[in-house]
Amino acid sequence: MDKKNPYQQFNFIGKHRRAVEHRRFVVGKGNYAGDVLLPGTLHIAIVASPYASAKILKIDASEAMSLPGVQAVITGEELNSAVLPVLPGVDAPAVKRFPLADKITRYSGEWVCVVVATSRAIAEDAAELVQIDYEEMPCVLDPEIAIKNDSHQVHSDAGTNLIFNRQFVWGPVDEDFSKCDHQLSYRVKWARSSTVPIETFALTCNWSDATGILDIWASVQMPKYPEQIANALQLPSNAVRVHYDIDVGGSYGVKRGLKHAILLGYIAKKLGKPVRFIEDRLENMRGGDMQGPDRLFEVTLGFMKDGEITCMKMRALEDIGAYAGRSPLQLGKPVGAICGPYRIKSVAYLAQAVLTNKTPQEAVRGFGQSPTNYALETGVDKVARFLKIDPIQLRKRNLIKHDEFPYLIPSGTRYDSGDYEVVLDKALKEANLEKLILERDKLRAKGLLAGIGVSTCLEPSGGNSSFEPLFNPKNETTTWMESCVVKIDLGGQVTALMATSTSGQAHETLVSTVIGEVLLQEPDTIRVLHADSLNALPSNSPVGSRMAIMLGGAAAGAAKKLKNKLLIIAASQLNVDPANLVFSGRDVHVAQSPDLKISWAELVAIAHRKFHLLPKEMEPGLQEKFVWEVPTGGDLPDEHGRVQMYPCHSFESHVVLVSIDPDTCKAKINRYVCGHDCGVMISPDVVHGMTYGGIAHGIGAALMEKFAYSEEGQFLSGTFMDYLLPSSSEVPAISIVDHCTPSPLTEFGQKGSGEAGYLGSPAAIANAINDALATINTSIDYLPMTPNAIWNAIQKANSLTEQS
Amino acid sequence: MKNIPIELSINGQKVSATVEARTSLVDFIRDTLRLTGTHVGCEHGICGACTILLNGDPVRSCCMFAVQANACEITTVEGLAPERGQLSKIQDAFCEKHGLQCGFCTPGMLITCQALINKNPHPSESEIREAISGNLCRCTGYQQIVDAVVYATKEA
Repeated sequence: MDKKNPYQQFNFIGKHRRAVEHRRFVVGKGNYAGDVLLPGTLHIAIVASPYASAKILKIDASEAMSLPGVQAVITGEELNSAVLPVLPGVDAPAVKRFPLADKITRYSGEWVCVVVATSRAIAEDAAELVQIDYEEMPCVLDPEIAIKNDSHQVHSDAGTNLIFNRQFVWGPVDEDFSKCDHQLSYRVKWARSSTVPIETFALTCNWSDATGILDIWASVQMPKYPEQIANALQLPSNAVRVHYDIDVGGSYGVKRGLKHAILLGYIAKKLGKPVRFIEDRLENMRGGDMQGPDRLFEVTLGFMKDGEITCMKMRALEDIGAYAGRSPLQLGKPVGAICGPYRIKSVAYLAQAVLTNKTPQEAVRGFGQSPTNYALETGVDKVARFLKIDPIQLRKRNLIKHDEFPYLIPSGTRYDSGDYEVVLDKALKEANLEKLILERDKLRAKGLLAGIGVSTCLEPSGGNSSFEPLFNPKNETTTWMESCVVKIDLGGQVTALMATSTSGQAHETLVSTVIGEVLLQEPDTIRVLHADSLNALPSNSPVGSRMAIMLGGAAAGAAKKLKNKLLIIAASQLNVDPANLVFSGRDVHVAQSPDLKISWAELVAIAHRKFHLLPKEMEPGLQEKFVWEVPTGGDLPDEHGRVQMYPCHSFESHVVLVSIDPDTCKAKINRYVCGHDCGVMISPDVVHGMTYGGIAHGIGAALMEKFAYSEEGQFLSGTFMDYLLPSSSEVPAISIVDHCTPSPLTEFGQKGSGEAGYLGSPAAIANAINDALATINTSIDYLPMTPNAIWNAIQKANSLTEQS
Repeated sequence: MKNIPIELSINGQKVSATVEARTSLVDFIRDTLRLTGTHVGCEHGICGACTILLNGDPVRSCCMFAVQANACEITTVEGLAPERGQLSKIQDAFCEKHGLQCGFCTPGMLITCQALINKNPHPSESEIREAISGNLCRCTGYQQIVDAVVYATKEA
C-alpha cells in the first residue's frame, strides 16, 4: 500500500458519491416500521407505573374492557406466566426482566399492563379506565446509597443491588504508584443521557397459524434479536422472522426493543391478528428502556514531574437502573482502551454496576467508551494544571508514538495502528492555535469567560463480544461474525444480500462501493438488499462501530470469490494460467495480449447457461457467500481479565474554543475542529456525516442532555422541552481534518467510524469550560454543564473570594 | 366521537374525507391518506419531523387537528418534486451534499428548507441555521444540511 496516498490504488473507494439510500428518503419513500399498516391491525396503549417503587395490589380492567373496540387487557400476571424472562448480560439470574411488571413496579414509567384495541385512540381512552391499586414502597435513586448493604433492594431475590463488581489489576500498579513523583485524585460524573433518535421505537407483529411464523417489522438495531424473542416466547428459533428491510430512523445503539417484541409477539399470537405499537415520545423516554450510561468515576493518576503519566486507578460506578440488559457490559468495553491513546503502564480498574429505581439503560454509541474518555481526559488536564505544563504538550509527552504499533496496553488489547501526534497537530494547525488563543483573550477582554479545550481519544472499532466472557464467565461467546451474499445474475447484474438492518449508516452504499471496487463495476449498478432473519446468514448487526470493517470485509470476500470464479472460467476458455489474466470489469484478457479476451457477458453466459463449457466440478451460476470472524477475535480472557477487545482503533483530536456569558451562564462554542483518523474511508461523505453528528451528540451530552429524576423517583424529563437536544443554534460550524493510517487488519485498511466525534467531544468541551472557569478558580466535575451548573460554579467561586 | 367532513388539497390533489374531530393532521396524512413520508417524532411541536406546508407556510402537522386544515392547501415531502421520477433542487442538493443519514427528520427538514428558499432565494449560512433551528436532526450535526441549502441556493 502506498503510504503517502493510500487512496491511489482505488477506483471507487474514497471518492465522493451519492448514497444509494438517500434517493428514497428525500422523496418520502423510506420504509420505516411506523409506515407498516397491515389490514386489521390492532393497536396498544401502555398503562405505566406512577411510582418508582410500589406493590401492585389490584388491577381492575372491567371498565376498560367494556369500551367498544377494546379487544384485550394484558397484565403482567398473565404475560409472565406465558413467557420466559430476559436475563442480564452478567451472571445475575435473580434479576429477571419481563415486558410487564407483576406484583412489584421498580421505576416510574414501568409498563404495568397494556390495552389492545382497534385504534390507538380507543386504546388510550381505555388505558385511562384501568384502575390499579398500588402500595408505595421505599425507593433508591442514588447509586452510592444503593451500593450499601442496608439499602432498599430493587430486586429482593438478588440480595444486593450490586449486580456486578470486579476489581481488575493489570500490571504492577502499587509498585508504579510508589515510584511516581506525584499522584492526583478526582471524581467526575457522566450524566444519564442517551442517543434519543428522532424516530421512537416502532413495530408491528403478525402471527400466522397457517405458516407458524411470527413476522416482525421493527425499528431495530441489535444482534440476536430474533433468537431472544423466540426464546422468550418459547417458539422455535426459525418461527420468528424479523424483516431487516425496514429503514430505521436513527439508533446509535439504543434501538433494541426486545420487551416490545416479546409483548407484541405474545398479543399477536394470542389474538391471531397483527398488532402495532409506535411509542410516543414520553413512552420512549420513560418506559422505552433506552436511557444511557450514568456513571461516577473516582480516578487516581500517578505521574512524574516531567509529565509522564505512568499508572492509574479507576473506579467506575454505573447506575444501570431497575433492570439489567447489556448495560453492565458498558463498563467492559472500555477495558479495551482503558488508557486511551497514552502509554500508561499499569492500571487498576474497579467496575461496579448497581441497580436503582430508574429506567433501565440500553447500549449507547461507543458502548461506555465516551464516559471513560471524558474521565481520563479530565485527569490529563488536571495533571497539566498541577504541573503547570501546557495540556497539549502534556498529551504529546504521553501519546503512543507512530512506530510503537501494534501497541499492547496493560489490559490485553493490541492497538492496530495510528499516528496520534500528527492528527493532533493537524487539528491544531486547522484551528490556528495562536490565533485561537488571541481570540480567547479577546473574548476574555470583553468580560466573557472563555477557554480552549483539547481532547485526544480513541474509537475502538470492528466490535466483537469480548466483554461478554470478561464480565460473565458462564458466557463463552467468542464468535462475532458478519456475512454477505453476492451474486451475478443471468443478465450480468450484481446483487448483494446483507443480513441486518440499517439505521442511517448507508450500508447499501458501503456494500455496493466495496463490491464495485473488487469487481470493477460502477457501484450504482449494484443492488443491495436486506435479508430477513430467516433467509439471512449470521450477522451481529451494526454495533461496536463495525460495519465498514465487518460488512465491508464480508462483501469484499464474497466478491473476490466471484472474481476468482470468473478468472477460472476465462482461463479454461483461453487455455492460459489464471495468473496471466487481467480482470478489467468489462472482460478478462491475457496480460500481454489484450485481444485475447472473453467478455463479462460471455463469462456470465457460461456460468449460467453453458454447462458444457464450465470447468469440471464447478458449481453452476455465480453466487458466493462470505462469513468471517472479527479480526483478532476468538479468544477468551485470561485469569487476570486480559483480553483483546476490538481489533481496530480510530483516533480523534478535538480543539474547541468556548465562551460563557457570565450573566446567562450559557456556554457558546466559538470554534470547533476535529482531527480524525479512521484509516481508509470507504465513503468519505458518510464518515464525515457521522463525525459531525457524533460531535453534535457529544455537545448535547456535555452541555444539555440529562434524564432527570425527583427525589421520589419521578421522571422529570420526558419531553423535548425538558430533555434538550442540540439544534442548529447550539451546534456550530465544525471543521474536520482527515488523516489516514490504514489498519493492517482489514481488507482495504479501513477502521470504524460510527461512533466518531462522540468519543472525544464531551471531553474536549468539558475541558474548554473548565479552562474558562479556571480563570476564576472554579471548575465543574459533572455533566451536563448546563447554565445552572455553570452558575453554581461561579457562585461557589464568588463565595470563596468573599471569604478570603 | 363526532365525525366531521373536510375538503382540502394535498400535493395538488383534492381530498374529501370524514374525520374524527380529535384526529391530528399528521395522523390523517399518514394513516388515512397513507402519505407516510411525513414523520412523527415528538407530537409536541419540538422536533419538526412532521413539518408540512400549509397554504405555503411551514407548520407542525402534529399540533393541528385535521379539521383545522379544512379548505387548505397542503404540500408534503411527496409533493416537492416537480415531476414523477425527478427531484426538486433542494431534494437533489440533500443527496449531493449528504444532508441526511437515517432520513427520519429529512421530510420535515426539506419542507422547512423549501419554505426558506421560497421566501429568501439566497439565504446566508446564518439565515439557514436560524431557519432550520426548529427541526431536530440527530444524525448530521446539521453541517451537511447547511451545505445542501447553500448548494441549492448558490447563484447560477
